[in-house]
Amino acid sequence: MLMQLARASLWNRKGTVLMTVISLTISIALLLGIDHIRHEAKSSFTSTVSGTDLIVGARSSQLNLLLYSVFRIGNATNNIGWQNYKQVKTHPQVAWSIPLSLGDSHRGYRVIGTNEDYFKFYQYGEKQPLKLAQGKVFAGVYQAVLGSVVAQKLGYQLGEQIILSHGVGSVSFAQHKDKPFEVVGILAATGTPVDQSVHIPLEGIEAIHLGWQGGGMPAPGRSISAEQSLAMDLEPKVITAYMLGLKSKMATFAVQRQLNEFKGEPLSAILPGVALAELWQMLSMVENMLLLITVLVIVATLVGIVTTLLAGLKERQREMAILRAVGAPASTVFLLIELELLLMALLSIGSAFIILVAGLWGFRELLASQYGLFISINPWHDQTGILLAAVLGLTLLLGAIPAFLAYRRALASGLMVRL
Amino acid sequence: MSAHTDLKIPALELKSLVFSWPGQAPLLEIPQLQLAQGQHLFIYGSSGSGKTTLLNLLAGIYPCKFGDILIAGQSMAALSAAKRDQLRASSIGVVFQQLNLIPYLSVLQNVLLVSAFAKKIPQAEQRARYLLQKLGLEQQLWQAPANQLSVGQQQRVAIARALLSQPALLIADEPTSALDHKHRDNFMQLMLSEAELCGTTVVFVSHDPALRAYFKFELDMEQLHKGVQPC
Repeated sequence: MLMQLARASLWNRKGTVLMTVISLTISIALLLGIDHIRHEAKSSFTSTVSGTDLIVGARSSQLNLLLYSVFRIGNATNNIGWQNYKQVKTHPQVAWSIPLSLGDSHRGYRVIGTNEDYFKFYQYGEKQPLKLAQGKVFAGVYQAVLGSVVAQKLGYQLGEQIILSHGVGSVSFAQHKDKPFEVVGILAATGTPVDQSVHIPLEGIEAIHLGWQGGGMPAPGRSISAEQSLAMDLEPKVITAYMLGLKSKMATFAVQRQLNEFKGEPLSAILPGVALAELWQMLSMVENMLLLITVLVIVATLVGIVTTLLAGLKERQREMAILRAVGAPASTVFLLIELELLLMALLSIGSAFIILVAGLWGFRELLASQYGLFISINPWHDQTGILLAAVLGLTLLLGAIPAFLAYRRALASGLMVRL
Repeated sequence: MSAHTDLKIPALELKSLVFSWPGQAPLLEIPQLQLAQGQHLFIYGSSGSGKTTLLNLLAGIYPCKFGDILIAGQSMAALSAAKRDQLRASSIGVVFQQLNLIPYLSVLQNVLLVSAFAKKIPQAEQRARYLLQKLGLEQQLWQAPANQLSVGQQQRVAIARALLSQPALLIADEPTSALDHKHRDNFMQLMLSEAELCGTTVVFVSHDPALRAYFKFELDMEQLHKGVQPC
């Protein structure tokens, strides 16, 4: 009966109710959306690299090493020796390794010097390997494989020649103009920093820096042409970092300790999972703030709704008196107002879900192609239920104010409401 | 209990009823009043004489702290607020001056509203239809929202609602004040004859002395205070 009354009463005020539901829908969709993006960001963040047991670079903090080796942010403190790398590769526990040589860029996108093992062993997400969308892995010195975002943003096709810049700024005055690289492959999108990288062979890195001294351009007349370079020894002397896959996970800590105590040069070996978690801790401050703001938006919306309800109470006094006259206890008045709010909140939650899922579905392609973001359509997470229960609880709590006032008024004014 | 003794129990009995607002002189002091089953009483009182308070007391909205009100032998002073609400649903009908109906419910839903709060009313829906028919409301109006009816029609629906549970007592608070002369006459006759059929006792309060004519028994508020019995 109460349900029938609440429904009919809401329907009777459908204009106001519609506006209320719309405003609540927007704020709940905002809350769910932020919460969803938070989860997706975290999972995409922590799945940037997977399957790698250790990342090794010159001695530095683990965050710095993680940032430049995986996220292509910042710079290495120092290089590490190629011979030492070759030695570590022969360690009985090492299953595979990926050398990384950083420091150059192409129009703002980082250049990664590496070898074919990168395309064989690098994994992200749920241990997914990299896939080529077009072309093949580099086989010659002056060949490059582009990440999907690089290819798309700069409009590169297979066979195109690109010129790398020295250093990592988006504007560089030192260009490797004499040694252009041919695009031979384009990787499929991964939603990780791989999409924003240009991959070339270690030999390529070596070749473009031949004749360079102390980081400066070669003096005029002393530069070495691309053809000449090919005849020279292109085995790298140094690299920036390397990733290791071990035969047994159990050995991870032992190998890490051995590397950290490496006699040849000071190294840092980090566990990517641990470093990612530490980095996420720092970033989650921001998203917690974002979530807090969303909660405040909901509170503001609810306060607005309660204000509307309070303003409408006088008009409904008659209605309440009639209910009292036919024998409704005063508590019915309280329950009726709370029930109406509950119905509006449930309606808002339902439409917020529909809007969110439709929005995610509609923008899925765009997000994936433009931003390399892969966001799941399903915004339901483990804690979503708790979040929504909290929203409902808050609604009922704030709704108790007008409900209680109406209840008190129903008790005091009795049947004969003078209008 | 036999039907004979049933009839002996007054439908409404007031015993040394005193009511005052906190910190004020008593507004109502009624030593005694008894109405038999089926008796119709007209209470005349000017505004401010405590009519409204009396009706709220009779309906069990306000608790009677001093004295007692008995509805068909049931003492109100002994009941909790929830029990009084229950008693009102099943034993007391109320008709207001105007705006008796919840505007967003249909006519039939308005009449049946009582059955949501009263103890089971036998064949409530059938009785609602019967009453609406008797009160001259055509069937095509029954599903219409109450606010689409004229004031006269609304007041007739109010009678149907008040009498649905065949209450012991019908309280009417100037139900004709919004009606013109012709409708008023029609309304009074319908209400009183239906109440008579139900065997319901009527307490009709008004400041319009012209309505006296419809009643055999009448009292004004002052007589009520003196404990004069209707005769």
